[in-house]
Amino acid sequence: MQWTMDYGPWTFKNMNALISTALSGVVLMFVGLFVSNRQRIKYFAIALVLVAFVANLLELSTLQGGSQTLFGMLEISKFGLLFNAVMLGATLLYFMLCGSEFEKVGEHVADYFALIFFILSGIMLASGFSSLLMLFLAIEIISIPQYILAGADKKNLKSNEASLKYFLMGSFSTGILLMGIALIYGASGTFNINELALGTGELHPLTIGGIMLLIFALAFKVSAVPFHFWTPDVYDGSPTVFTAFMATVVKAGGFIAFLRLFHVSFTGGAISQHWLLVLAIIAAATLVMGNLTAVFQQSVKRMLAYSSIAQAGFMLLAVIALNETATQGIILYAAAYSVATIGMFGVLMKVKDYTFEGFNGLARKQPLLALAATIFLFSLAGIPLTAGFFAKYFVLSAVVQQGNLLWLVILAVICAAISVYYYFRVIMAMYFKAGEPEVAPFSPAFKTVLIIAIIIVIVLGVYPGVLLQWA
Amino acid sequence: MLTVLLILIPLVTGLLTFGLKGSGPKVLGLISSLASLAVVLGALFQFRAAPDTLHFAVNWIPQLGSQFNVGLDGMGVMLCLLTAIAFLLVFITIFNRTYENQSSFYGLMLLSQAGLVGVFTAYDALLFYVFWELALIPVYFLCSMWGGEKRVPVTFKFFVYTFAGSLLMLVGIIYLYLQSPDKSFSYATFTSLNLPVKEQSWLFWLLFVAFAIKMPIFPFHTWQPDTYEQSPTPVTMILSGVMVKMGLFGVIRWLLPVLPQGAFMWADVVMVLSVIGIIYASCIAIVQTDFKRLIAYSSIAHIGLMCAAIFANNEQSLQGIQVQMFNHGINIIGLWIVVEIIQSRLNVKNLDELGGIAQVAPRLSIFLVIISLANIALPLTNGFVGEFLMFSGLFQYNMWLMGVAGLGIILAAVYTLNMLQKVIFGESNALTATTTDLQNSELLALSLIVGVILVLGVYPKPMLDLVSSTTELVNKVF
Repeated sequence: MQWTMDYGPWTFKNMNALISTALSGVVLMFVGLFVSNRQRIKYFAIALVLVAFVANLLELSTLQGGSQTLFGMLEISKFGLLFNAVMLGATLLYFMLCGSEFEKVGEHVADYFALIFFILSGIMLASGFSSLLMLFLAIEIISIPQYILAGADKKNLKSNEASLKYFLMGSFSTGILLMGIALIYGASGTFNINELALGTGELHPLTIGGIMLLIFALAFKVSAVPFHFWTPDVYDGSPTVFTAFMATVVKAGGFIAFLRLFHVSFTGGAISQHWLLVLAIIAAATLVMGNLTAVFQQSVKRMLAYSSIAQAGFMLLAVIALNETATQGIILYAAAYSVATIGMFGVLMKVKDYTFEGFNGLARKQPLLALAATIFLFSLAGIPLTAGFFAKYFVLSAVVQQGNLLWLVILAVICAAISVYYYFRVIMAMYFKAGEPEVAPFSPAFKTVLIIAIIIVIVLGVYPGVLLQWA
Repeated sequence: MLTVLLILIPLVTGLLTFGLKGSGPKVLGLISSLASLAVVLGALFQFRAAPDTLHFAVNWIPQLGSQFNVGLDGMGVMLCLLTAIAFLLVFITIFNRTYENQSSFYGLMLLSQAGLVGVFTAYDALLFYVFWELALIPVYFLCSMWGGEKRVPVTFKFFVYTFAGSLLMLVGIIYLYLQSPDKSFSYATFTSLNLPVKEQSWLFWLLFVAFAIKMPIFPFHTWQPDTYEQSPTPVTMILSGVMVKMGLFGVIRWLLPVLPQGAFMWADVVMVLSVIGIIYASCIAIVQTDFKRLIAYSSIAHIGLMCAAIFANNEQSLQGIQVQMFNHGINIIGLWIVVEIIQSRLNVKNLDELGGIAQVAPRLSIFLVIISLANIALPLTNGFVGEFLMFSGLFQYNMWLMGVAGLGIILAAVYTLNMLQKVIFGESNALTATTTDLQNSELLALSLIVGVILVLGVYPKPMLDLVSSTTELVNKVF
């Protein structure tokens, strides 16, 4: 089953999914030159992501306990593979649901697909890095294609602004990340996150400075308050179809890097007291700001942008707790949040008018779209029997378990109650208000995928064990 | 297995209903509620013979140690019986009405029934929470789609209130779960936790706020009159007849045995709040001119008394509250049915515009009188038994508190008789003279209710016996 190359110490075992993803990106760039039929490019991309997904599942099922380190750079573990599987699955869903929107953005459809494959390979590095250098590479591989995607709609001024803004702020935060890595290297003399293991002993001041810089840089990448200012503008300005991807899969990828770095290197009593409070305050601010600002939005797209900040606050709770429940939680959260948000964007793109009023009366005109949107919004709000409930349950439970941060849990719960306000505004518009929404036509295939997404959300909500049994 | 069936029947028929057209939903709703009633009666007999056979458990989320664990004790059987009767009555009453988008209406009603039965049968805290929310969501849609003019904001307020409360309860449940030695949500584990007093005292509020909002007791009641007024009457029947019992049930099942010391610490506070609620709501009820709001406030007063009785924490008050949960449910559904009948005929709910209905619709009037008298706990009606026991329990706890709460009875008589006078007595006006008397389905529903009122008023023993096992259990740990 395993495609293995054995060049002495150079063993590429269990890297099929990663390699195939990276190669897919390259292949797609060339395909763009020779194939002009966009429909075909889309199907080809779906096939490629399917290949990577299957390869990943095979690795997941054959990986015998524990983990395997490659060249001291990358660690292949069950947890990382499971996370990659979730990400690949979400991307598959994204391609199937939103893939036909790509051609509305611009000419270079194949390139867009290629960029997304590059981002995916970056995420797969982020879930398994064991050297700070690899972390840097992963973050950059994730970021750079995003700058391009944000500006893909070349003739649109807002898209250009989004791209430039994102690029400038992003490069700045990358600089901070590098600085942090340098400081930590200066203090400890190693890039390897396992050897860092800063849990015990006296801490060098440089290390603490380095950790803080890393927190800030990663907080920027996951759009945590007060490093979130780029998010609404970028999400709003970018072509909607790419916003859907940035707000979901990419964001989850940022979190896995965050979680992995802190889980491996910065845990333990002595060290965590240096950053725990900072991170708790960042999480609290993210929850409050994200939710409160989302309440005042008039456009569903911007509301989703702010809601993604609010959801990031919840995922940060997992990084704060750093226990087994938290790692299970982040998997579940990544899956629940990605599927629901991708689905929601899928519905959004079919509605012509992105304001809340644009959804008025949708339930009468397109019952399926309205039902799907309702279930996705339920999941985002964390209503039981949808995936979002257990996602929230796990991260909350993880923090309660952590012990001293009950205030944060209560705050998070209040924020979850606030979030109901803006999510339900859409539901109210769809079901209880009269209107004639303009809806773009959609194919039976789109319908089928939408129903699949609904089923995923509900199955995870009724029986999360489907996913967790792998963790 | 009967317990699982009780949840499955409304769940499956509810989902099926969405696909039906014409009068299909009506018929299926009626069949489903009859089937539920039959199963509850079966469970009732089985409960007498072998109560343990009503329990059912399978692993649900092994990673968390959560089980799909359902079962029935005396109180559970009683509340499931109430639920089954309530839905049957509602479906009978509205059998001749047509609602816009009928299939969704009946589908959502049945789904909420599944949620309610789930709440009353869950023996696993996480499962309890899930059902707790499941019961709320369909009701939210029912009220928002078929309610009155201001339905959307009002229902949303109701939803946010209850949802915020439930989330706090979820935090409480998580905390309790993490304290459990075997990491499980099961009722048995939760009741044997024996947490330190300090923890119990703040955990109490996390859980109690959720229940207090649902009941509702003062000062968490502000959603209730608006929601009852704006909801379509069939939904109001379910809300006030069955759903508010979720809060009381929650306190008896999940609060007292799990956090006995916390409950003991705060009993005085809660009882004072409840008694304030009784007097306050009764006074407002007296000056109400809106038929639906009057009943809504009367319900707050009754619930206040029941909540006080729970925390009086002795055998009599616990027996009383459980019996009263059933009886209050039956009586208030009766009142709402009358409101629904009058409203559907005349399309008014302002008391000042009514009057003289007794002259043109004597049968309707007689039923209204009997139900109203039961609502103010006249002897030989079902309301008397429960209230007597509760007051006697309160008296043992604190004489003064009981004295103030007792004022509630007098006030209840004032507003109820006032209401009767304005609605059915006096001279009929141009509008009310057109009232037609009861149709067959309405007659059937009201006769059933009056039958229950009289039978349980004269011979309450079966009901008292049914719930006595729960009383014993709660009284022992508390």
